[in-house]
This record gives sequence, C-alpha cells and structure tokens, in this order.
Amino acid sequence: MARKLLLEHINVPGINTFDVYRSKGGYDAVDKALKTLSPDEIVEEVKKSGLRGRGGAGFPTGMKWSFLAKPEGVARYLVCNADESEPGTFKDRYLMTYIPHLLIEGMIISSFALGANVSYIYVRGEMMPQIRILEKAIAEAKNAGFLGKNILGSGYDLELYVQPGGGAYICGEETALLESLEGKRGNPRIKPPFPAIAGLYGCPTVVNNVESIAAVVPIIRDGGDEYAKLGIGRSTGTKLISAGGNLKKPGVYEIDLGLSCEEFVYSDEYCGGIANGKRLKAVVAGGSSVPILPANLFFKTANNEARLMSYESLADGGFATGTMMGSGGFIAFDEDQCIVRNTWNFTRFYHHESCGQCSPCREGTGWMEKVLHRLEHGEGRMSDMDLLVDVSKKIEGNTICPLGDAAAWPVASAIRHFRDEFEWHVTNASEATTRNYGLAHYADPLVTEI
Amino acid sequence: MLKVEHNTNVNAEFSADLLSKFADKVSRYPEKQQKSALLPILHDVQAEFGWLSVPAMDKVAAYLQIEPIEVYEVATFYTMYLLRPQGKYLLEVCRTGPCCLVGAEKIMDHLEEKLGVKEGEVTADGLFSWRGVECLAACGFGPVLQIGPEYTFYENLTPESVDQLIVDLKAKANN
Repeated sequence: MARKLLLEHINVPGINTFDVYRSKGGYDAVDKALKTLSPDEIVEEVKKSGLRGRGGAGFPTGMKWSFLAKPEGVARYLVCNADESEPGTFKDRYLMTYIPHLLIEGMIISSFALGANVSYIYVRGEMMPQIRILEKAIAEAKNAGFLGKNILGSGYDLELYVQPGGGAYICGEETALLESLEGKRGNPRIKPPFPAIAGLYGCPTVVNNVESIAAVVPIIRDGGDEYAKLGIGRSTGTKLISAGGNLKKPGVYEIDLGLSCEEFVYSDEYCGGIANGKRLKAVVAGGSSVPILPANLFFKTANNEARLMSYESLADGGFATGTMMGSGGFIAFDEDQCIVRNTWNFTRFYHHESCGQCSPCREGTGWMEKVLHRLEHGEGRMSDMDLLVDVSKKIEGNTICPLGDAAAWPVASAIRHFRDEFEWHVTNASEATTRNYGLAHYADPLVTEI
Repeated sequence: MLKVEHNTNVNAEFSADLLSKFADKVSRYPEKQQKSALLPILHDVQAEFGWLSVPAMDKVAAYLQIEPIEVYEVATFYTMYLLRPQGKYLLEVCRTGPCCLVGAEKIMDHLEEKLGVKEGEVTADGLFSWRGVECLAACGFGPVLQIGPEYTFYENLTPESVDQLIVDLKAKANN
C-alpha cells in the first residue's frame, strides 16, 4: 500500500470543513512554517524535496521559486493554476472538491515563502461548485486566523481570492492565465520576461498547479528530505493520477512515483484492469497532449524493462517508444476503440482551443482536423498520413506557447504507432463512414494480452 | 464564429444586489486594476439575465471604466459567455475524447432526438437547449453534462438518466 500524503484523509467525513481538517493535523504545517521557518528555509525544504511541478511541465518547484525577483517596494504574487482542462486530467477538481483546505494551507505556506501578501486561485469557470467550496473554506480559514492580518501573530498578512475563468483551455498556460486574470483574452505572452520577473500586473509572480501547492503541506510538515525518500530517482514523492477511459475502476489515485505501469493498470488497488473483459489497446499516460502509446510499449521500456510511473521511465526511449508523465491524466483505450476517431476528436479539441495568436497553431490545427475528419468519415487519401505528419512538424516548436506541441504530438504519435489503422480507413472507406461511436472495425495486432 | 448581437431592446437594469456583487469583485484587486474583475462580473451578469446583451456589456464597461470593445473581445473569446438567449436550461455535454470513449456521442444523439432540436437551438417552450463542449475535467465519471448558472454536474450518464433529468427539469420549471 502506497503512502498517502495528499489523500490520506480523503474519506474522513467532513474533511472539507475547517474543524475536521484541523482535527486531523491540518494547518499544523502553517503553524510550523510561520513560527519556526524563514521564507528562504521553506524554499530550501521544497528544493530538498525534489518536487517537480505537477501541472504537466515537471519543472522543479523549488528552483522555480528561487527565480522570483525580489525588488524592494514591489508586490509579489502567487497564483494557483486551477484551470484544469487537459482531456484526461481531473485530479485538481477532485482535490478542491473533497479537501479544499489542503490547497488553502499550501497557498498560505507558499505565499509566505514567496513574500506574497495577495494570492489568487484561478479556477476554470466551469468549476463553479468548486469555486463555492473554496470560497467557503477560505472564509473558514480566515475566521480561524489563518488568513488576513497578522496570521497567528507572526506579523505576516495574506489575502486569498478565487478567480473564475471563462472557459478556455489555453488559460492553463501560465502567461495566458495571467492575461485572463488581468481581465483580458487568454493570449499567451512571449517569454522572456518570465513571470518570475514580470508576471501579474508586471510584478514578480509564481504560477503553480493545485497539486504542486498541496504537496508543499507534507513537505513542510515532514521535511523535504522525508518527501524525497518516496519515489524513484529524480521522480520524488507521490503523484495523483487521474484515470479514465475503458477501465474497471476509473478515478483519482495517489501513487508512489516508481510504481510499475502494469500494476497501476491491473492491480485491484488501482484501476483493476480493463472494463467489460476487453483487452488494452493503447494508453495516453499524461493527458491528451502527450504521445499515445500502444499497450505493449506502455508496459515495456526501450530496453525491454518494466516501465514505471515516473518522469524518467515514461519518457524512456524518446518519442519512438516513450511518452511523458505530463499532468498524470491517464486514458485507457480498449480493443474496440478507433484510434483515428480519437485522434480526430483530440485534434478538434486543440483546434477549438487554439487562441489564434500564432499562425502555425491557428491554421495547422484546423488543417489537421479537416484531414482527420475526412479520414474518419471514409473520404481519406493514402497521402493524408504523410500530410498530417508534415503539418504537425510545422506546428511543433513554432508557436509562442506549448499548445502547438500539444496539438502536434497526439497526431504524430498516433500515425507513428497506428499507421496501419489509418491506412485501413482509406482502403475500407465504406465501412469507415458508418457512425460507430468510436468502435474500431480494425483489429489491431498490438492489442496486449495480460 | 461568435459575434455580439446588437439588439438594444433588452433589459439591462443592474439591481442593487448585482452592483454589490460587482463592488465585492473589484475590491479583490489592487488600485487601478479593476479590469481584473471583468470575467467574474460577466459571470454575475449572465447568471442574472441568462446571457450577455450588448447593453449589459456596455454597462459593465462603464462600471469598470474600460472601453466597450474590451468587454466584447473577452465575451467573444471565452466559451462560457452566451451572446444570445438560450433555453432556460442549457445542457452542456462534454464531447472530448475520454467522455466519447464511454458514450458521450450517444448521449448527444439521444438529447437531439429527445428534445427535438439540433445543437444550439432552443425548444419551442423555451426550456431547453443543448450543446457539446470541450473537456469538463471529469474524465473518470463520463459521460457528463453540466447546467448553468450553478453549473450543476451530472455524471455517468445513460439515455435513461438523461430522460429522467429532463422530466425533473420540466417539473422544476413548472413549480
């Protein structure tokens, strides 16, 4: 049984309330941080923990914090990125719904470490229930003296607000999020300058994911060294994995990084195997933007060793045989699923969500969507696969923000690993035109028997 | 393509209660950064009137001391803002990959048949409209739909549970 750091008390009745959360040791880490540690010491603990950003990019959190500019007389901000919109990812919604005080506690400690006196939690607008939950929890924390003026007599002041978005995936990109928080369209900014130098209102700003900020609580409570003992290699600690698709037990799981991929999919403690007695065809390991993998490559690395749920192992072998941890948004495809239809669906998503600022992304995602639509609907050409790869290459790396890469990788990886299935859609066009709700006509030889 | 509808013959009177919500939002940001309140205020206006009319957006611009175009460009960028009236209940079904793996397309087809209107249209009684939306971040509980302005959430949908939901909403509307 893996050690639970974030979800330890998730099943305790009333854990969403201040009193119950406090009775389980909640806010003890705030007490410790404000009374016994300096801001620099907190940053040092986070560095020692090896925590990597849990939003998708995986950049070391402590290092990100240490980049924050500290000019005298200028406000600094911490902004929590709760704009969870990546297909496959729903862990942050879960945390905010069931244990909101964990995020608030992490925000207080992190804000103190960064010298922020006003902090914002930017929540995607569709999550209005979660916004109401967080606002209630913030009021409770404030009533108990953990927010506001002179917190716990420490002389430290912090106001915490929740900001709703308006429905735009791009606002999960940190500079687009800041634009949105300033009341504008969510168009990503050109970097540099990075937010650590010029972020919200031009002031030094750190933007961190919900799970990253929540992880600061056990790091400060137990010490960075203790946190770093969990996990494997440079993938330290625990990670929330949100598992969806054709699984017996979809849901949010907290794993020790380093768990084997096979155990994650098939053991009863986690996903329990594939639903309806089907076999596993493919997976997306870290949210829709990371490369899709046939099941056999998901379970074995380039060196034919067992692949592990860790940043390094998932990426092992590069684009040819690896994928990425990303946000931990795990999607399982059973043998009945059509890879072409799914690739079209994902590409439609990226086309819809492109902010339109960069031509390669604005035009390229629409182009790929059209080509994939005709392939899925029985009007494809044998040259379409090369065309798609060509367009994806022209998007990748040529945009201000990573949405272009996120749109390109699913297409390029699907064609790389499932080219036969795309070709089948051309040679069997009449069957491909039937509306099949995603059921594959094509029997894939890579479907894994376990 | 989203566009604002220049119909001036609509109610855009902001109540004292609504103005008090605006003031609370503006107080959350530093001085001279009141534009940050634009997205939250547009949510408040939409919750009150059901959609964002040009007169209402113009009044928001005046309140925040910004240009009307600054409001229009935000309202047209974000998918949650409705620029024309919808049914009293707008059923938004997640149509992205993970939900489709477990039957979201069937749910959308079923809604179209049951309500007798295509995506984006309003039923004759004015009660319902529906549309597909992109990922709602509930991929483990799909298919899902949400209904504003509270954004109540319905998970693990089946055609039968959708039928029941429509019955319940009709009963709610008649009470």
